[in-house]
Amino acid sequence: MRFRSIPVVLTAAILGIAALPQQTITIKGSDTMVILCQRWTEVYPGRDRVRFQVTGGGSGTGIAALINGTTDICASSRPMRPAELEQMRQRYGRPPVEIRVALDGLAVYVNRANPVSKLTMQQIRDIFTGKITNWKQVGGPDARIILYSRENNSGTYEFFKEHVLGGADFAPNTQHMPGTAALVNAVAKDRWGIGYGGAAYAREVKEIAVAEAPGKPYYLPTLENVISRRYPISRFLYFYLRERPSGELKSFVDWVLSDDGQRVVSEVGYFPLRAIGEKKQPASAAPRK
Amino acid sequence: MQRYRRYGEMLIETAIRAVAFLSITVIALIFLFIGREALGVFSAAESSIHAESSDIAAEVYNPEESSESTPAPTAAEQTPQETAPSSLWANLLGSTWQPVSRQPKYGILPLVVGTLKIALIAVALAAPLAILAALYTAFFAPKWMQELIKPVVELLAGFPSVVIGFFCLMVVASAVQEALGTTYRLNALVGGIGVAIAILPVIFTISEDTFAALPRRLWEAGLALGARPWEVAFRIMLPAAIPGVFAAVLLGLGRAVGETMIVLMASGNAPLLSWSVLAPARTLSATIGAEMGEVVWGSLHYHVLFLLGFLLFVATLTLNAAAELWVRRRLLQRFRGMSS
Repeated sequence: MRFRSIPVVLTAAILGIAALPQQTITIKGSDTMVILCQRWTEVYPGRDRVRFQVTGGGSGTGIAALINGTTDICASSRPMRPAELEQMRQRYGRPPVEIRVALDGLAVYVNRANPVSKLTMQQIRDIFTGKITNWKQVGGPDARIILYSRENNSGTYEFFKEHVLGGADFAPNTQHMPGTAALVNAVAKDRWGIGYGGAAYAREVKEIAVAEAPGKPYYLPTLENVISRRYPISRFLYFYLRERPSGELKSFVDWVLSDDGQRVVSEVGYFPLRAIGEKKQPASAAPRK
Repeated sequence: MQRYRRYGEMLIETAIRAVAFLSITVIALIFLFIGREALGVFSAAESSIHAESSDIAAEVYNPEESSESTPAPTAAEQTPQETAPSSLWANLLGSTWQPVSRQPKYGILPLVVGTLKIALIAVALAAPLAILAALYTAFFAPKWMQELIKPVVELLAGFPSVVIGFFCLMVVASAVQEALGTTYRLNALVGGIGVAIAILPVIFTISEDTFAALPRRLWEAGLALGARPWEVAFRIMLPAAIPGVFAAVLLGLGRAVGETMIVLMASGNAPLLSWSVLAPARTLSATIGAEMGEVVWGSLHYHVLFLLGFLLFVATLTLNAAAELWVRRRLLQRFRGMSS
């Protein structure tokens, strides 16, 4: 009596296995890129042939997973550190493959009530390293500058430190926020606050126009200015693989780099690697201001 | 039959004993693990130096996109850097916490100060409130009120700390800034208020239990001598229960030292070596919570984070043990003295 159900279960199992896509591709890493990766896997035309698993956890977590062999693709918002490349080489005998998949513009935010709306790179550097401590030193009212930064575990923090501060340390009284959303919120509520983060996150705060050097023109982090690199604070977002992609992995990566894949990038609020043909683009400009 | 039952009983007894010892073993193992990883600080100090100077690069899949290359590091002239102390001990005992830096600085002093500052603020705010509330519930509240207050306050203990943290970040921080006109919107006081909310139920529940356990005749004798109820409560019951209340405060302090999420969200997390209540503060637990997820595995930074965890573990263990062993015993002695 009790064995009667076995054929049913077996059939269901066989059908189930047959219905499963043959291959699973795991993508793990940067929290900045989770939404982007999810969107890619939802739109990818070959999605009925492969199954995707997208998880965040941070760039470092993704890189560790790549080194340990528990993910196929590591999504990272920063380039790999020498120590990590070295671990990769010790483990697999060769460095990983790096793929630049999108651009991200980093905006500098201030409170909407703050009259200051443009700064040079040098001024930003002096503000965050603590050389400039009052808004009146950069053309604003007499008020103390309150610094907000991301936590030092974020790829954004490292990028800002390396490329804007030139490797110098943040001022000790910088307040560290556990995420870009929390940082934007803090700046939105703090009249004399200043912070930085992905351009896609700017809600209820004011983005600062940035000039490379005094006397040069100021640019806002708009789609056009970021792609053309006129806006000086932008970074690449990366995929890292253990070896050159092949098979399903290659077709996914190539699609991500194609015009269709890059269109998804601008839908999500980041910046494509290059200007995409204007024909099918009305939706892509929407999330940007 | 008799014999069989005895063996069965022995078996069950052994099983229960094993379970009891299992928890002790688990704690011991955790302690050993954290201790071992923390000791790695001393062996990782040298090896991390050459790893940073290696010159391998990743293979680039789509070089055509890279031709426009990343905007070069714009800092032409270097901002003069505070150099890291050469010896590891000087570095650990320094006053700067800048772990992600060209010259990483792992000064744990600001973190210790931040932890103590926030924990003390939290206890200073929560203890009086909780003890007064417990006095009221134990001696003055009518029965139905007692049955309402206790469970509701205990419910507060089950409140997720993320929610408290978010509440502090959004509401308390603005309220404090408006009331006191503080420079920093997020500061040790805001974090302390959040932690106070979290430890209030701990102190309340244990104090209330202590009060309820006091012999009823103390209360009656006090009244019989002509004291007013509040005089009896403050001058007789509270002093009689002091060891238990002290234990409650110590347990609250232990919880406050280990609290992570609230301080991470509400205290501003700036590693400042300052005792000012209105300056931002970074705690040991928040530092571990924020940085552990991204640290390069096995690096000096990784081991230093474990060292912080070790400090935290020792601190809370000491506080809890002190509350549990020493103070409880004194309380029991006092009661026995009374009943004899």
